[in-house]
Amino acid sequence: MSTTTTAKAAGNLGNWADERVGASKGVKFLARKIFPDHWSFMLGEVALYSFIILLLTGVFLTFFYIPSVGHTVYTGSYEQLAGQTVSEAYASSLSLSFDVRGGLLMRQIHHWSALIFVASIVTHMFRVFFTGAFRKPREINWVIGSVLALLAIIEGFAGYSLPDDLLSGTGLRIASSIILAIPVVGSYISFFLFGGQFPGEEFIPRLYTIHVLLLPGIFLALITAHLILLVVQKHTQYPGPGRTNDNVVGYPLFPVYMAKAGGFFFIVFGITALMGALFTINPIWAYGAYHPSPVTAGSQPDWYMGWLDGAVRLTPGFLEFQVLGFTVSGNILLPALIIPGLVTMPMILYPWIEQWATGDKREHHLLDRPRNVPTRTGLGVMAITFYLLLLVSGGNDIIATHLRLSINDITNSLRLLVFVVPPLAFVVTKRICLGLQRKDREKVLHGRETGVIYRTEEGEFFEVHEPLDEHDRWLLVQHDSFRPLDPAPAEDDRGVKRPGARFDKVKAKLSSFYFEDRIEPVTPAELEAAHHEHHGGHEAVEGSDEAERPALAGH
Amino acid sequence: MSIDQSHGHPGSDVATTSEGGLPERFENPGLEPHRHRMADVDPKAAKRAERQVAALFGLSTLGTILFVVSYYAISIEGDSWAEIARQLRISTTLLGVGLALATFGVGAGAVHWAKTLMPDEERIELRHPMRGTDEDRDAALDILREGSAEAGIGRRPLIRNSLLGALVPLTVGPAIVLLRDTGPLPGNDLSTTFWKQGMALVHDPITDPEGLGRKIKPEDLTIGSVVHVLPEGIQAEEVEHPLDEIAKAAVLLIRLNPDDLDETSRAGAYEGIVAYSKICTHMGCPVALYEQQTHHLLCPCHQSTFDLKQNCKVIFGPAKRPLPQLAITVDDAGYLVAKSPFTEAAGPSFWERG
Repeated sequence: MSTTTTAKAAGNLGNWADERVGASKGVKFLARKIFPDHWSFMLGEVALYSFIILLLTGVFLTFFYIPSVGHTVYTGSYEQLAGQTVSEAYASSLSLSFDVRGGLLMRQIHHWSALIFVASIVTHMFRVFFTGAFRKPREINWVIGSVLALLAIIEGFAGYSLPDDLLSGTGLRIASSIILAIPVVGSYISFFLFGGQFPGEEFIPRLYTIHVLLLPGIFLALITAHLILLVVQKHTQYPGPGRTNDNVVGYPLFPVYMAKAGGFFFIVFGITALMGALFTINPIWAYGAYHPSPVTAGSQPDWYMGWLDGAVRLTPGFLEFQVLGFTVSGNILLPALIIPGLVTMPMILYPWIEQWATGDKREHHLLDRPRNVPTRTGLGVMAITFYLLLLVSGGNDIIATHLRLSINDITNSLRLLVFVVPPLAFVVTKRICLGLQRKDREKVLHGRETGVIYRTEEGEFFEVHEPLDEHDRWLLVQHDSFRPLDPAPAEDDRGVKRPGARFDKVKAKLSSFYFEDRIEPVTPAELEAAHHEHHGGHEAVEGSDEAERPALAGH
Repeated sequence: MSIDQSHGHPGSDVATTSEGGLPERFENPGLEPHRHRMADVDPKAAKRAERQVAALFGLSTLGTILFVVSYYAISIEGDSWAEIARQLRISTTLLGVGLALATFGVGAGAVHWAKTLMPDEERIELRHPMRGTDEDRDAALDILREGSAEAGIGRRPLIRNSLLGALVPLTVGPAIVLLRDTGPLPGNDLSTTFWKQGMALVHDPITDPEGLGRKIKPEDLTIGSVVHVLPEGIQAEEVEHPLDEIAKAAVLLIRLNPDDLDETSRAGAYEGIVAYSKICTHMGCPVALYEQQTHHLLCPCHQSTFDLKQNCKVIFGPAKRPLPQLAITVDDAGYLVAKSPFTEAAGPSFWERG
């Protein structure tokens, strides 16, 4: 086809679409939209693409999987189980792995993709948190993202429970016990969910509907809202020369991001496919079919459930008690329901907590460098440390067998460490941030170390510092530094108590918690003063310094 | 809409001047000068990049061919599992590598194209506050006021209230009622097990396949040996939900030196042989690990540890209650049987357990 006929065909198609749906307006609005560039913006993309991979491979799996615990005699390829009575769910999971060409590959891609999905959501949240991308006007998207993260954990658990193998059945047994522990209504909820006692015959088909219909539907709706908000609010950008709170600097959607982001989807797919091809995951044939009597030692959930399992392992048994003839299983309620609530609620509400402390109601489109917000960064690292310690606790038996340590010692130490280490992590992180800020100031005031050492005629040594150019300097001086809020006086001049004064006091306390320790960015006046000081100190040397500079630049 | 500019705006906080004649804050210096890529200035480099992109797309085509060919060429059938497993490994690897090349090739090609050949001059688009202008807001308010006045929702409270009275029950009522038949009420099911007085203890055919579901005589057990046990008849045809029953009734049978047992457990023991529920009182996992030297039972799920010498009291971990003991004796033929059913609920805790 010649260029003119191609152009004509494209023109006709465009005309057709525009006259039906007004496509030209959409193209005008969207096609040249600018998106900023940074590797950390790709974490959310990885999550989105993993979701698409999950949909594609998941649909394939549904063609062969049978969501039923009806008994069947296994007759497939796997000799070790030949003739055994197993559930249809388990038998069909084995047969789609061993008797369908490409089935094992699709199952493994699906499972790897699920792990990557949750991992990329979590790291994307880290990026958003530490750079302050959740600030006004993006609070709603933070909440949507948090809900997506929690649903992803549930969706993953539902998915790996479907094959009805021994490992996942043990996981369901634990889930049913958590439900049983809910005061007053626990037994009822459990009986309604499982259609009677555990394991029953109803749960696998119900879980299947939740896994392939209900949750993916909610995911699609929330992801759509997440992306619409992203377009409407425009993407945040990192600070730098030319980047301001009122602009977006980057590349247009068409063609640059269409190629980059579209291409990145295929790259993620390719890497996941390679993992599915080369690395075995969840070998359900090795675990055997679920049965309530046997269990394998060293049972581990998928990584994103590990922290909850760890919390359960650490909680001592004395928290279970009787009240008026009823049992309150504090040893289950605390780690499995209360702690997840205590962890996720502040996470979801964090944008408002911080807004309250800063009193800042402005829109923010420029990201923070984590060091410039030491308290927030410290809090984030504290939360991650707590999470990691619980994750480690979830593997206490593995640690014990691999390092030949006593499981009791490990558990007892972790019981202490989860209280001690996170606050320590907060303090250390905050100090590191303040230190980095000091280093930034140092660099702005006295320039970059060149590594060139001079000796003066008097025998004094000094290193040449090269002043930063204005572009490099801008990154280090551009940020705002908040000061703690002053509470308005609690009484007016006639001594009458002002309503809400106590509330303001709490607010002021929170504010000083955030901003009491702070390093302010260098001002032009400070830089000027530093230059004077410098000149005073090395007046005799400056001349030679200046004279040598062209030679330095040549190196 | 995008505007090409060489310099950005100097930031929202307008620089004010302090006494020394210097601004209080530094000013945003604007974008750095653009650096051209090799492909922008050297047509040879551009041609090279073009060929690299085409090569990556070509790699993708080869990957797809590999995928399709290996789908048909590699059979996953065989006479033995060893043979099938080998074929399966080859098939999965070739299909996966083919798919990986096919997708990665397209992706890497597209990204390389964008990075080397598409324009990399940064563009600037202006942002506008999310908030509408004051006129927009007033207009919106007017519309809402006008609309509600037209609907008359303020003037006609009867309509408003009765609508609420219809919607609130509609959203909660049917949904709750409809869920009622998802399962039976718990009744006494969580507190009782399949065990009855005089019921024989038999080998659990799943965890103890050699036992063939046989009954057990005391002399079958040496000191320190452990047997996984179920009540006789739990897997018979007429039992409606055998797995539900096994999930509550599974028992561990262990023979100890009678002197090692304490008073309470000795009452339910037979010549040093004791039977305890295998279902953890914490979260219901089978407490399947027996430490012969210490006489401890360990739950592999959360490491609750029970001491056989103290009537299965919890000595470590998150469980609170001891494993319930099943009192045993022998029948006339000398087989071990239950002396009585469990005297408390076996398995994880629940509210009504008491």
